[in-house]
Amino acid sequence: MADNMTGSDRRDPTVIVDDAHVVYRIQQSATPGTGSPLASFKRLVTGTKPATMREVHAIKGVSFVAYKGEAVGLIGTNGSGKSTLLRAIAGLLPVERGAIYAAGQPSLLGVSAALMNDLPGERNVVLGCLAMGMSPAEVKSKTKDIIDFSGINERGDFSSLPMRTYSSGMGARLRFAIAAAKQHDVLLIDEALATGDAKFRRRSEQRVRDLRAQAGTVFLVSHSEQSIRDTCERAIWLESGLIRADGPTDDVLKEYEAYVKR
Amino acid sequence: MPQTAVADSETGLTLKELARRHGLSAAGKLPSLPEYTRQLWAYRHFIASYANAKVASSLGKTRLGVFWQVLTPLINAAVYYLIFGVILNTKSGVDNFVAYLCTGVFIFGFTQSTVSAGIQAITGNLGLIRALHFPRGSLPLAITMVEVRNTLASLAVLMVIVVGFGEPITLEWLLIVPIFLLQAVFNAGLALAGARLGSKIPDVRNLIPFVMRMWLYLSAVLYPVTRFTDHLSGWKLTLVEANPMLVFIDLMRHALMEDVPLAASPTVMWLEALAWTFVVGLGGYVYFWRGEKGYGRG
Repeated sequence: MADNMTGSDRRDPTVIVDDAHVVYRIQQSATPGTGSPLASFKRLVTGTKPATMREVHAIKGVSFVAYKGEAVGLIGTNGSGKSTLLRAIAGLLPVERGAIYAAGQPSLLGVSAALMNDLPGERNVVLGCLAMGMSPAEVKSKTKDIIDFSGINERGDFSSLPMRTYSSGMGARLRFAIAAAKQHDVLLIDEALATGDAKFRRRSEQRVRDLRAQAGTVFLVSHSEQSIRDTCERAIWLESGLIRADGPTDDVLKEYEAYVKR
Repeated sequence: MPQTAVADSETGLTLKELARRHGLSAAGKLPSLPEYTRQLWAYRHFIASYANAKVASSLGKTRLGVFWQVLTPLINAAVYYLIFGVILNTKSGVDNFVAYLCTGVFIFGFTQSTVSAGIQAITGNLGLIRALHFPRGSLPLAITMVEVRNTLASLAVLMVIVVGFGEPITLEWLLIVPIFLLQAVFNAGLALAGARLGSKIPDVRNLIPFVMRMWLYLSAVLYPVTRFTDHLSGWKLTLVEANPMLVFIDLMRHALMEDVPLAASPTVMWLEALAWTFVVGLGGYVYFWRGEKGYGRG
């Protein structure tokens, strides 16, 4: 049980997931036998569902409550539904059944979050901050901090170069720095801490702790057990779209390790 | 069974009640129309800066950069001048055919490029949409802003061309401003509607070139509007003349040039322009808003 956690503000739920199901509907490009114009036409006339449409039941009824000030690590093998769950909490994927409630607007921070690659880092910082709803004055005062935090200027003036010239680590660091600049009620982090070097990882773990201290809730998806152990005191283990375990990080990780080694 | 609902055992509340008690809102709930408008207004700085970024990144890799904004309409006009002014020497009953033609081409181009960019406003920005939360209407509106900026440059070029071909500058030129504003709102409505349509049915993108070409021929861009009055009558003529692009183009020609044949009296055309702007602008906005929570999925 997750009850052995302390803290007076623990009674304030920030995210409630109530028996949520998420189903992906995927329009595939043609497979043999369905790709001919005649076959498409036949489908249109007979009104049958395209054979190229497939459904993937990614989350099969998940329920939990996350509280203010908690950092929750999501673990599970590849394809277990961790990222899908984050995207559903962020409101970017609809739930098929059940419901997800959140305090304020959860923000998802993923490594795949694309900004404008042809523009310099600086302008992407401004754009990203405005897209998160900051005022122009706020953006101005924060731009320098964000660039310093991301550390992209450590090897010369990279912030004025287009983002397409950045290494993947630098890009991910900048994106993390932008998202972490805002005070989020609920911050969802998808593998972001895994990129970047050891120095940046330490800095970002510190930032995650700060964000939590400022009374938000942080969800972290990572394959690095160390970064889960370092930042989260609660862990939820997902397997094939179902919760296998939910509780203190050490207990859950022990179970998970035993499962993975088997 | 692992402990799923912590709250249950302690207070006997269902998760739904717990959420309500603490004022949590369901993810993916559609905001009301006034609320959505307020959100969009709060994001006006983002819209402007996104439009700037879009222009900068599309021209950033070229050597001439922003100069292309002026160069593109100039080349465009030069092509039409070469074909119709020099090679064919078309008159078609219009005194100043090159000015007449260029006005049509530029004004139609405004709507054409807004529509084709608007269709991809959502599908072309999935990365941004899946990463950050902002009212999605910002994207088609920013795209409209980009086209407004491009068209302002074209309009400047157009005025030079029109004067160069012997039209006087009159007080009526002041009408350019309201016509342009009406068309911009009309285009924003089209971009919003197109963005939702394009995200729902990707196939639409393949049809747009044909739709736009059909619209081009129906809007009397390449020939005088009198062609329609000469060959059509009754409800067919009424239908053709109600075409909003025909209205915008004719109004602009009327403002910029002396002695142009019009499809109807200016008063009627102004009323038509107002009606079209209202219907398409508001309709497109409401249609886009209805789909707000569905963008970026799949």
